[in-house]
Amino acid sequence: MNDILQGLSQAAQLVITGDADLVEITALSLQVSLGATVIASVIGLPLGAWLAVNRFRARRFVIALLNAFMGLPPVVVGLIVYVLFSRSGPFGVLGLLFTPTAMVIAQVIIITPIIASVAHQAIRELWADYHDLLISLNATRGQRIRTLLWDGRRALMTASLAGFGRAIGEVGAIMIVGGNIDHATRVLTTAIALETGKGEFGMALALGFVLIAVAVLVNLGVHFLSRTERGSRW
Amino acid sequence: MVSSILPLKIEAVTVRRGGRQILGPIDWVLDGQGLTILMGPNGSGKTTFLRVMHGLERVGRGQIAWNAAAGDVRARQAFVFQTPIMMRRSVLDSIAYPLLLDGVARQKAMTEAEALAAQMGLGGLLNQPAQAISGGEKQKLALARALIRAPDVLFLDEPCANLDGRATKEIERILTEVRAGGTRIVMSTHDIGQARRLADDILFLHHGRLIETGPKAAFFEAPKTPEATAHLNGDLIP
Ligand SMILES: Nc1ncnc2c1ncn2[C@@H]1O[C@H](COP(=O)(O)OP(=O)(O)OP(=O)(O)O)[C@@H](O)[C@H]1O
Ligand SMILES: [Mg+2]
Repeated sequence: MNDILQGLSQAAQLVITGDADLVEITALSLQVSLGATVIASVIGLPLGAWLAVNRFRARRFVIALLNAFMGLPPVVVGLIVYVLFSRSGPFGVLGLLFTPTAMVIAQVIIITPIIASVAHQAIRELWADYHDLLISLNATRGQRIRTLLWDGRRALMTASLAGFGRAIGEVGAIMIVGGNIDHATRVLTTAIALETGKGEFGMALALGFVLIAVAVLVNLGVHFLSRTERGSRW
Repeated sequence: MVSSILPLKIEAVTVRRGGRQILGPIDWVLDGQGLTILMGPNGSGKTTFLRVMHGLERVGRGQIAWNAAAGDVRARQAFVFQTPIMMRRSVLDSIAYPLLLDGVARQKAMTEAEALAAQMGLGGLLNQPAQAISGGEKQKLALARALIRAPDVLFLDEPCANLDGRATKEIERILTEVRAGGTRIVMSTHDIGQARRLADDILFLHHGRLIETGPKAAFFEAPKTPEATAHLNGDLIP
């Protein structure tokens, strides 16, 4: 209990003094996780919508695959990305291992299935509502998907936020592909793991609280932005 | 003048659902002018028949053929569903939506939608979420959305089911105007008074089959089948 209070006060101290290291790793955390969320959303949201609207033979299989990928162990994803991008791997020449880019790639692999799956669920419900109308109005395939994405944007936002939440709190994969290098690839979660390993629980907790605060703030920010939009009653 | 999408020829069409034949076999031709009213008891197949004509139902046997020379026939029909489908958009955006699909410029679409909304008595609700307005208002919205493309053929499935007397009159006035404008209308209703007021001719469905078709006067004055007679008298159908 004492540790926790101490962690809280240490967190406050770090934030108030604008600790340079804290700012740096927090910024990198946000940069990597938001980057991964944006990329994964660009892939996952239309994929989810497309799966909801189209009937094709392998559809069930793809959905089952997606759901299975949601549970991918991050450590294994990290390991695979590591092998692919290591010097002797197929993408070794790119020299991406131990860079934030590699971390983004690993996170994209981890959260795209989550975003696509949540989006698929939401769009499927909307499509059930809209189906007859959109067919009746002779909307083209592309128009249907665009309409569903737009009218379902609230739910899709939630899908993206679920992905972001997973990304910002993820440690296993980015530890492996990023290497937790100070001033290069250290982010909040890997810093917490490091401090914990050193027995610096106060510091680890402090970083943990900052992590929670960042995650909450991003969610609140997105929520606030979507509230101010016209027609926000949806 | 583009050629009409009519006639619509329906030949020996049947629909099976859940191991049961729920419609047909039906032979009918939709052509000419005017307003056709589809009557029949609950479950007789009115909704199914309307949906078949609009191409929303998978049919078993039989043929449904629009005048193919007219090009894209779906785009020139409109359908008002028995249960209005409301989009997660404002009333104004919902009415303008079909125009936006057609690639009409946003500003122009909005202006047209606003004018039509006002005409339909929805002028005060433009910025309300479509899903939050009353049942009757939803039906008016659905009608406005169907009319905004000025369709050649308009299908309506009990469009006045939830409307009060005044709103019903209002819709009937609009439908009369639309009909006079040359739109071919087919609508179902349980309201016999409405059928008398609006119909040029009547289709009577029973157990999925068209057992009577013909001009309004003949149908109301001297129905040929005991089923139609009973229906008009509000009796249980034999
Ligand atoms: N998808 C379906 N699966 C099984 N049965 C169906 C299906 N759709 C319709 N039916 C049945 O077909 C029959 C005709 O239905 P339909 O909705 O066309 O009737 P209706 O004349 O419009 O009735 P109402 O006046 O109540 O609107 C009903 O008995 C209905 O239960
Ligand atoms: Mg019906």
